[in-house]
Amino acid sequence: MPEIKVTPLGAGQDVGRSCILVSIGGKNIMLDCGMHMGYNDDRRFPDFSYITQNGRLTEFLDCVIISHFHLDHCGALPYMSEMVGYDGPIYMTHPTKAICPILLEDFRKITVDKKGETNFFTSQMIKDCMKKVVPLNLHQTVQVDDELEIKAYYAGHVLGAAMVQIKVGEESVVYTGDYNMTPDRHLGAAWIDKCRPDVLISESTYATTIRDSKRCRERDFLKKVHETVERGGKVLIPVFALGRAQELCILLETFWERMNLKAPIYFSTGLTEKANHYYKLFITWTNQKIRKTFVQRNMFEFKHIKAFDRSYADNPGPMVVFATPGMLHAGQSLQIFKKWAGNEKNMVIMPGYCVQGTVGHKVLSGQKKLEMEGRTTLEVKLQVEYMSFSAHADAKGIMQLIRMAEPRSVLLVHGEAKKMEFLKDKIEQEFSVSCFMPANGETATIATNPSVPVDISLNLLKREAALGGPLPDSKKPRTMHGTLIMKDNSLRLVSPEQALKELGLNEHQLRFTCRVQLQDPYSDADTLNRVYSHLKSVLKGYTIQHLPDGTVMVESIVLKVSSSAEDPNTKVVLLSWSYQDEELGSFLSSLLRKGLPSGLC
Amino acid sequence: MKLYCLSGHPTLPCNVLKFKSTTIMLDCGLDMTSALHFLPLPLVHSPRLSKLPGWVSKDGTIALEKRELLDLSTIDVILISNYHCMMALPYITEHPGFTGTVYATEPTLQIGRLLMEELVNFMERVPKAQSATCWKNKEIQRLLPGPLKEAVDVWTWKRCYSLQEVNSALSKVQLVGYSQKVELFGAVQVTPLSSGYSLGSSNWIIQSHYEKVAYVSGSSLLTTHPQPMDQSSLKNSDVLILTGLTQIPTANPDGMLGEFCSNLAMTIRAGGNVLIPCYPSGVIYDLLECLYQFIDSANLGSTPFYFISPVANSSLEFSQIFAEWLCQNKQSKVYLPEPPFPHAELIQTNKLKHYPSIHGDFSAEFRQPCVVFTGHPSLRFGDAVHFVELWGKSSLNTIIFTEPDFSYLDALAPYQPLAMKCVYCPIDTRLNFHQVPKLLKEVQPLHVVCPEQYTQPPPTQVHRSDLMLELQLPPMPYRRCSVLGLPFRRRYERIQLLPELAKSLVPSEIKPGISVATVSAVLQSKDNKHVLQPAPKPAPAPPSKKRKRVVEESPEVRAPKPLLSGAVPLEPSLATLHKHGITEVKVEDTPDGHILHLQAEDTLIQLEEDGTHIVCDSNESLRITLRDLVLRFLQKL
Repeated sequence: MPEIKVTPLGAGQDVGRSCILVSIGGKNIMLDCGMHMGYNDDRRFPDFSYITQNGRLTEFLDCVIISHFHLDHCGALPYMSEMVGYDGPIYMTHPTKAICPILLEDFRKITVDKKGETNFFTSQMIKDCMKKVVPLNLHQTVQVDDELEIKAYYAGHVLGAAMVQIKVGEESVVYTGDYNMTPDRHLGAAWIDKCRPDVLISESTYATTIRDSKRCRERDFLKKVHETVERGGKVLIPVFALGRAQELCILLETFWERMNLKAPIYFSTGLTEKANHYYKLFITWTNQKIRKTFVQRNMFEFKHIKAFDRSYADNPGPMVVFATPGMLHAGQSLQIFKKWAGNEKNMVIMPGYCVQGTVGHKVLSGQKKLEMEGRTTLEVKLQVEYMSFSAHADAKGIMQLIRMAEPRSVLLVHGEAKKMEFLKDKIEQEFSVSCFMPANGETATIATNPSVPVDISLNLLKREAALGGPLPDSKKPRTMHGTLIMKDNSLRLVSPEQALKELGLNEHQLRFTCRVQLQDPYSDADTLNRVYSHLKSVLKGYTIQHLPDGTVMVESIVLKVSSSAEDPNTKVVLLSWSYQDEELGSFLSSLLRKGLPSGLC
Repeated sequence: MKLYCLSGHPTLPCNVLKFKSTTIMLDCGLDMTSALHFLPLPLVHSPRLSKLPGWVSKDGTIALEKRELLDLSTIDVILISNYHCMMALPYITEHPGFTGTVYATEPTLQIGRLLMEELVNFMERVPKAQSATCWKNKEIQRLLPGPLKEAVDVWTWKRCYSLQEVNSALSKVQLVGYSQKVELFGAVQVTPLSSGYSLGSSNWIIQSHYEKVAYVSGSSLLTTHPQPMDQSSLKNSDVLILTGLTQIPTANPDGMLGEFCSNLAMTIRAGGNVLIPCYPSGVIYDLLECLYQFIDSANLGSTPFYFISPVANSSLEFSQIFAEWLCQNKQSKVYLPEPPFPHAELIQTNKLKHYPSIHGDFSAEFRQPCVVFTGHPSLRFGDAVHFVELWGKSSLNTIIFTEPDFSYLDALAPYQPLAMKCVYCPIDTRLNFHQVPKLLKEVQPLHVVCPEQYTQPPPTQVHRSDLMLELQLPPMPYRRCSVLGLPFRRRYERIQLLPELAKSLVPSEIKPGISVATVSAVLQSKDNKHVLQPAPKPAPAPPSKKRKRVVEESPEVRAPKPLLSGAVPLEPSLATLHKHGITEVKVEDTPDGHILHLQAEDTLIQLEEDGTHIVCDSNESLRITLRDLVLRFLQKL
């Protein structure tokens, strides 16, 4: 029985370091290769020794696919390809290919230059790794090899985020990466066709959340920012340089313009300008509205938002600062947070999910005293707000995607175990498909039941189609008989006659002849007539002919009547049929042996 | 499978393929050469032009579809290969009754829209008080001066479409990406492939599981801005339809580009102006890129370059956002991130300025000498008309023709006499007659179909046998209004055996490596997909017929018996008979085999090479025993 095996090395009942191994039709695919923000040790990267204890991964993997540029989906890529060793193809979309190396370099700098870690990948390794990347276009069918094909769909989570369909023969898997089912200010909604995969591997970050309307959340966000700025406070919004940041920038930009506000908005790090440039060049990946109007007005040219300088953090008066990274685990956002945390007039707005172990997560969970490096503690007095802007599908969205793709089974990753459990029940109830949620290192085995593609000769198919009448009635099943020829891995279904001919075989005719004696005191011709009438009355729906040469034909079986030499009242009916008419022939001979009923004319 | 050829223009094709009950239109180009019969449409009334002998200046356009050949409402899909080949789209999709879908890549759609908007804008800004149609009457046309007198099928010439029709037509476009497999009604799969000619230009593969048609239209092997041509996916097609070869086979595009630059520089240096009548997208990107490298070395840094078109800004902007559709080195620029085309820098440094028209800003900022890129290449409408009138009197000025679609002599005819210099450097990067045989050798199609123009030298140069296709396998030529039967014999179709059925099959090896199994199953056909399911279990056998004396029932229609093959050997048969307790067997040899006489049972078995005959009179159970005994030696198919 063919089966598909799915093993998460990361993101199994967890968020962070997404890395999922899939075995399908003899092919091995790695989906995402991320890092965990919550750890600083070995647990940061997926455990690649699961694949092989020693040596390189190239011969164990047919391809690696990266769904989007977030580090928890691509952060371990240079480590995997350059330090563990993998030389096969790595697939990602154009925007991901463009942005991913920048974030990796950023991540490397923070880890190596700031924290002084050694034994980490180098800039050169990032470059070498990116050389192995093959860009993917949306909906393009990429033939990885003769059997394995992949196809990307729009996922809407960040610029260039994709869902991928992996197909080997008749079996297929869809991996969603992170996705968003509601269009936002700069991206469109995820979409997939009814591709009916054997397994749908879906993220489940917001497995139990049903989010209110986006408009409300936006109004809330603007209100909070506005209030804080009005009373002279500072607003810190930790974000990742690309993605949510652009959406919030568009939001604040239009609000500032409408309300004619003067408080400065800053965007940290030199990445801003560059990041916005990516959005301009990859405008085809944004939503309908931005794409339509980009010639007249490019939404990614901001008037009110300026570059941030470290010294501004101490400036008096209100301001809004977007700073990276988004989970307050390092870098500029953490520095600013430390400076502003002590003042209750200030506010930090966390617009995205925070992984366990990060400062962001601690702050959100309500800790008022934080232990920092060097045994110092930080008192948190500023207001902490959480606004779910991170573009993941909520429970409704996940169900919606399942409805779209119609998978035969669902496998949940990238979420918390408890919430997954809840969603799993819901999915099994609503769609009556099996749902899996393996933990890291655990393998889910899904038996598939692929149908077997066969070449049918058009003659045979047309013959069968003709039997069903001019308009084939799908409700009425039509039986078909043919011979399947298996030769050199090819399967062909042809009519038996054609099969004999093709295989150079002689047909062997098997015939039966049977003489049945009847007591029937009539002339031979009358007896034949009586036989004819009898058969006519018994056999409904058969072709029965009385031929002028003194025979009766039932379909292709010939009946003849002659008188016995000894007794003219004893008639002998001669029946002859071929093996192909066996049922009918046997029936006729038994029937006649019982004699003719007397009431016949 | 049939091919209906609706256009005789080899570079503006319009063919319809009927394949497996789908009707697929391949391109719908708009032949605008008929516009040359009309007078130019100037922005302001020109006493000179209106005094010219001729006919009412009105936009005349296509002579496209032969309606009696095909009912447009039967078209299921239209496949577009590049933006030049979709200009007639509104005439087809807005035809009442059209319900099909149009497939095109995103750049083809966006740039095609720009070309159409430009055309509509050019036409609508010079509205005509009246339009004449009576002249199309054959009787009147006969009296007209030539060449209008000789024009054929003038009644098919149509007015230009409106913006509303353009929008409605383009709303029927479904976007596709290269190598995307699109299923049509479950019967046919179509796939666009990069053709290397322009942004988003595609060749198409139309295939089922067993047949493959390649539609090659407007392809280029030169390295310009678009993604290179995908040749490998064209391999092994049964039929390759080849259209859109270069219109200027004698001109080398690189040489023309050099000539273009040197003529431009010469004119500017002498204090003259340069006019380049062109389309707002396509070769202009390459011209600008070439100039970008050339400007400084030729000391043209201070010369203003103007690009005037209602869609100039959009065209320049759109060119920068289609990185996925560009050649490798342009693509890699986006990763930096930098705009892929250098005209962004020309605009930033104010060397290139673009305007929607000659009104407004342009008239205020216009400086001479300058270089102007503007439409339309036919010189019958658009701002080019104005510039020819403006600059035509001075021999200092130069007009450079780069677009190959119109004869430059015809285009200039109404403006004669002209003092202005004329330079003809047509740049057509599409395949030429030398590249095609090499390409075909590579992709190995079984049959090639092409316009008849390609199978003979041009009528004006009958001795130039190098200006025609010379292929080992002679191509099947088509002309306008012809219907070709394509040499295809469909023999197989794909069917799926459900796993339960597949498991129930009992294969037996007939010859080494060849196994057969009889299949009796239920056929389900839905959406052109066929599935075989296991036959439902037969109902429990009805009680034995012998007991039913009164009403006899017809035997059930069951699966027909398989065909038999092989032979029944004598000795093993006897042995088996013996095992069944039949011992008294008399064997008689005949010329073809043996006759076994079962004496006790008064039954005969006639064994021959290709047949067995059992003559058994009264004992049905014996007959069945013998039947099964014989069957044991035979293969069933």
